[in-house]
Amino acid sequence: MASQERKIPAPEPSPETRPFWEAATAGRLLIGTCTACGKPHYYPRALCPFCGSDATEWAAAAGRGVVYSYSVMRRLPVPYALAYVTLDEGVTMMTNIVDCDLDAIRIGQRVRLVFKPSEGGPPVPMFTPETS
Amino acid sequence: MTIKGKAYIAGIFEHPTRKADDKSLAQLHAESARGALADAGLTRQDVDGYFCAGDAPGLGGLSVADYMGLKLRHIDTTETGGSSYVIHVAHAAEAITAGKCDVALITLAGRPRAEGMATGTAPRNYGTAPDVAFEFPFGPTVVNQYAMAAMRHMHQYGTTSAQLAWIKVAASHHAQHNPHALLREVVTVDDVVNSPMISDPLHRLDCCVITDGGGAIVVVKPEIARRLGQPRVKVLGAGEAVKHQMGGQVDLTYTGAVWSGPAAFAEAGVTAADIQYVSIYDSFTITVLITLEDLGFCAKGQGGKFVADGNLISGTGRLPFNTDGGGLCNNHPANRGGLTKVVEAVRQLRGEAHPKVQVKDCRLALAHGTGGSLGTRHGSATLIMERD
Repeated sequence: MASQERKIPAPEPSPETRPFWEAATAGRLLIGTCTACGKPHYYPRALCPFCGSDATEWAAAAGRGVVYSYSVMRRLPVPYALAYVTLDEGVTMMTNIVDCDLDAIRIGQRVRLVFKPSEGGPPVPMFTPETS
Repeated sequence: MTIKGKAYIAGIFEHPTRKADDKSLAQLHAESARGALADAGLTRQDVDGYFCAGDAPGLGGLSVADYMGLKLRHIDTTETGGSSYVIHVAHAAEAITAGKCDVALITLAGRPRAEGMATGTAPRNYGTAPDVAFEFPFGPTVVNQYAMAAMRHMHQYGTTSAQLAWIKVAASHHAQHNPHALLREVVTVDDVVNSPMISDPLHRLDCCVITDGGGAIVVVKPEIARRLGQPRVKVLGAGEAVKHQMGGQVDLTYTGAVWSGPAAFAEAGVTAADIQYVSIYDSFTITVLITLEDLGFCAKGQGGKFVADGNLISGTGRLPFNTDGGGLCNNHPANRGGLTKVVEAVRQLRGEAHPKVQVKDCRLALAHGTGGSLGTRHGSATLIMERD
């Protein structure tokens, strides 16, 4: 449970990504999607990383996925699990796995979205095992 | 146009310091430059091309050229992290081939130890990078990002910590013969897997050293190489690549070496089977394992078996690697290991490696750099060199 105690640096919204952080504040996870090539992407961008089009939009993600990889950092005062989670929408995002026994995290494990407060900024999207 | 045979590595220097409390950053660059030029039998006045990366102080190439009093007609400050200097050799060869310079100087220096830098375990904020808001809050550090690559490789291919440990064991066998190496003690697989866990599955001894110092390389056109006294080391081929998160299609099981390697082999006209010695970027043990697979020294997923049982130890293994002790034991100046990779490969080709680790009649060597992070985005650079 220690990961909740780590102070989370505030993400700084840019003009490009402000809607993402406004949605996060409202408890919703957005990903980027492109109306020109139809592909979802992450992190979200104004210009599609696959086809270069600026016809990008925000899409709501359901907040479910699986752990692609992870690592528990043990040499800092508060251990925490850095991870990549592959969302059911098909993109993989960097995150933390939280609110669980860090030693029980496994690749392939299903996880669900939880937002955690940052230090003076918008909340950030993290994940917790579906069974916990 | 090819760079094959169009340029030679005429001078090398690895700064002997490993902790530089009493030296400035510019001074370390200049001392390294002086060492490599002396090794080549050239002087500062001969240099007309200069190459450096993000470790250079102030305005980079401008500040160092000013400090050293260089008169330049070509400058290149390509920055791809620790792989920069391997790319610099290729870019120097390209510039020489195009007639843009005759004597190219490449320098690297840094003092992370003197500055007390928590290189591996402190999250780094790259400021205006577009990924920062989507990564920095989660505490990505150098070590836990590489650890995620290791974790995935273990999951997908059954690679073990003991197999990774063999890479460090081999490096330590080489480092015992290097009087300048930071860590000269021979270690065992048990030593590695029983060392403190830093970030699963990477232990302390899976991580490279943090050292001050630097180094330099001098690349020259063939006409100049022929009148210098050193054994001639020819640039035979090079490849460079950038790998990243691919818009969220993250795959941590391979590196940009899958692209830079084939490009270098094709230009050189040789294959992995021809290579007698390799310098492989070794920020962590996993960096070496995945890179060897990607360069074709073994099949994808077979890296663990390939590196085990001393296969990388010079004199006993099939593929001698990092015979100076590498970044894992000898030196990782400025947290960037690319330059020293080229330096040891040149020593091998000249027959100047320590006799205990010298590859017999070494004529063909490969150096590979990895800069940035396997876990997010990195530059890959492969360089193939031949003794004339």
